[in-house]
Formats: sequence, structure tokens, C-alpha cells
Amino acid sequence: MIREEELDLLLNELYQRYGYDFTNYARASLKRRVNRLLTIDRFTSFAELFYRVKHDPDYLTHLVEELTVNVTEMFRDPALFKAIREQVLPVLATHPFIRIWHAGCSTGEEVYSMAILLEEANLLHKSLLYATDLNPSVIENIKKGLFPLSQMKQYSENYILSGGKKEFSSYYMTRYEWAKFDDRFKSKMIVATHNLVSDRSFNEFQLIFCRNVLIYFDKELQDKVLTLFDNSLERLGFIVLGSKENLRFSGIADSYAQMENKEKIWRKMR
Amino acid sequence: MAQNAITPYQYVVLGGSAGSLEVILNLVERLPEHLNAVIIIVIHRKNDKDSILQELIANRTRLSVREVEDKDPIQFNTIYLAPPDYHLLIENKELFSLDSSEKIHYSRPSIDVTFESVAEVFGKSVIGVLLSGANADGAAGLAQIKRSGGYTIAQNPATAEVAYMPQQAINLTEVNDIVNADELADVLKQLLIPHIS
Repeated sequence: MIREEELDLLLNELYQRYGYDFTNYARASLKRRVNRLLTIDRFTSFAELFYRVKHDPDYLTHLVEELTVNVTEMFRDPALFKAIREQVLPVLATHPFIRIWHAGCSTGEEVYSMAILLEEANLLHKSLLYATDLNPSVIENIKKGLFPLSQMKQYSENYILSGGKKEFSSYYMTRYEWAKFDDRFKSKMIVATHNLVSDRSFNEFQLIFCRNVLIYFDKELQDKVLTLFDNSLERLGFIVLGSKENLRFSGIADSYAQMENKEKIWRKMR
Repeated sequence: MAQNAITPYQYVVLGGSAGSLEVILNLVERLPEHLNAVIIIVIHRKNDKDSILQELIANRTRLSVREVEDKDPIQFNTIYLAPPDYHLLIENKELFSLDSSEKIHYSRPSIDVTFESVAEVFGKSVIGVLLSGANADGAAGLAQIKRSGGYTIAQNPATAEVAYMPQQAINLTEVNDIVNADELADVLKQLLIPHIS
């Protein structure tokens, strides 16, 4: 296990040298990420890792990718996607143009899930999905639309539980061990790097997804990021969080009402 | 409470997989309402969002039961459950945190992850208990609890529905005690509740 002082040293270096600010990330999880990095990159000590960070700028992309958690799936928590189908999409349908932001979207499984939902509600043609993450490498995957074929059985089950009625495999072509999703989805996505810690609001949306990202932040940073979302959301717009995240104790809580179905969907009331 | 000086243990962390639920239900039923301890339970489970496990346990105990949400405060006389599909970590002495990173031993929540985190933050005041299961998860974590000065218990493999998990722990580390399933509540009460000498 690396020590507190070592973690501080590393975080300080990442900020001073490269401008990546992890200082308000939740410590317990971040420590595990650094320990994991020591193992997978076979560093024999923290000092060795630290030397690499100081002297090899090319190592940075990999480092940031491994420090952040990039675990996601299609239609994760199917009941949530069912609630979006039934309660959120009918509201969005009344808008002439729909803008959705997937903040911290990692490899984009959720963005494709949402695009499928929009198409099935006949709304994709008037929608734009903004997909952002701080890792330049993981979002490249979104543009390719390639996902491991081995996951499709699970995603197909999730899709059906979310209320999907079609054959899930009709959305992709099999290419060796990959599932290639149709380009009509990608054409409605805008993919960009965005760091929730340091970058600002860049548009106004009717729906913002940020699931299982806030768990990696301390409360102070959570509050800051939720304020960023508040500034980026239209009145009566929706925020969707991860199944164990909550905005109840945040600074913006007073302006939001949670949907009655107990899913982690909040509506901006004022 | 001044009595706390007599018992060094305040955090009980239990891990189990196949065959552990019945042991846990029988245990929580027999724990007193004022335990002066925090109970943390990590059971391998399917991603059942309906919190069936929480209801099952709550129906059998007088302690309050909570499936942990992000940054929940750690409170005494409460049983905390690792939520499905998340690793449960101790952020600091006051707060839990969650992590949805890679599975460990094919498991999320992983017992090793929580055991190691509890050991790091609470050290000598931890009792770690590893129960029935068909997976190696938890053995390394229990060893870490031991190294950090905590008290370690493995369920007697002979009384475990699946002996593999507690046996792995016994092979890896010299546990403080090997306990039959039906004796676990008494052993924990002995360790947690100060006796009058």
C-alpha cells in the first residue's frame, strides 16, 4: 500500500507538471488505483513510478487512464433505463431539439444505450448526444462504435429488462470478436475531452447523465461538479446519477425533485 | 463510554459467499441492540437491485440495517451491507466510499477489497470473520487484518456449507480462532461486550 505522503507527492506532480487535478478525488479509491498501477506496470517501488511520471511525459495518458475507473456497460441498471423510456422521453419529445450530455462517459456504452432508446422512441433524428470524458484515449472508442462481442449476451439481457422489444443483435454487425454498432448512432454524437474538475459549462441540456463518476470525488468536488451541471441544465431538465449516488445533501438540492419511482433521476424545478 | 477501554474491538467485518447467508441471519438475530460496534457485511450476490438482502437481515435483527450509499457516515450499532455491483471502501474514520472498478476474484463487491480497507483505517480495533464460500476472495484480506493487529476468525470449514473459502484463509494465515457457525454470535459478544472482571 502506498502511503498518504506518497500519494500527495504524486498528485502534486500531476497537477504542477501536467495540469491534471486529482487532489479532491476520494482517497481510498485513488490509493487502490495507484497500487494497481504499481502491480500492472511492474514497478518495484513508488519511487520508480514517481521517477517515470517526472521524466516520461508519454506515460501520462496511460497513467490518467489507469487512475480513473473505466468500467461501464450498456443499459446498466435496466430499471433506470425503463424509467427513462417511460417518464423522461415523453417529456423530451415535446422539444423541437434534444441535447443530452453524458459527462464522464468512459468508453461510451451508455451513450449508445441512450441513442438506441431515442431511436426506438423515434427521437434520434432531432437529438444530439454529447459524450465527454477526461481520457482522450477511451473516448476514441465511441467514434469507432466497437464493443466486445463477449459482452453482448449481458447487454441483450439488460436491453430486454429495460423494456426493449427488438432483437438486440439487429443494432450491430459482428466483426471477429467485436460488435460494430451502426454508424447512424455515431452520427448523432459529439465526442470531446472534458475534465469535470477544471473545465466549464459549454452548453445547455435537457438531460445530463453522470453515473458512477461522483463516487470518486470528495464532497467538496461533488458539490462543485453538481453546480456545473446545474449551470448546464435547462429548467425542468433532468439529471441522472449512479444507483448509489445522491444529490440530496448537495448545494443544489433545493432546486431539484427526485422522480417518484425511486430511480436516481432528478428534475430541475427552478 | 468508559467501558470501551476494556474491549479493543469496535469494527466487525464479515465476508461470505455461497452458504454464508444462513450463518449471517442466525448471527444478527442474536446480536444485542447496544453493541458499541459497527458491523460491515460483504456477501457475494447477484446484482439484485431490490435490496432483498437488506430486508432479510433487517427482519432478523434489532440493529438498524443499511445498504451503503456513496459517502455515508459510519455509525455505531448499525449493520452496513456492501451494495451489489460496488466495492465497499472506508474513506476515512468517519465515511464510507464506493468504487465500481474491476472485479476482484470475479466479484464486486469483493471481500478482499473491504477487508484491506478496514484493516488500513481501523487496524487493531477490527474483528474480521470469513464464512462459507466457494471462492478464494477474502483470504488475503483476512491476512491483512491480522497483520494490522486485528482479530481474525474463520468459520470452521467442517460446519461450512462450502468449506473452500474459510479453508483458504486458514491455509494462508494463522487465524486467531476457528469457530462453528452456531457459536459465532457468542464469540463475537465475548469480544465486543466488556465483561465485569
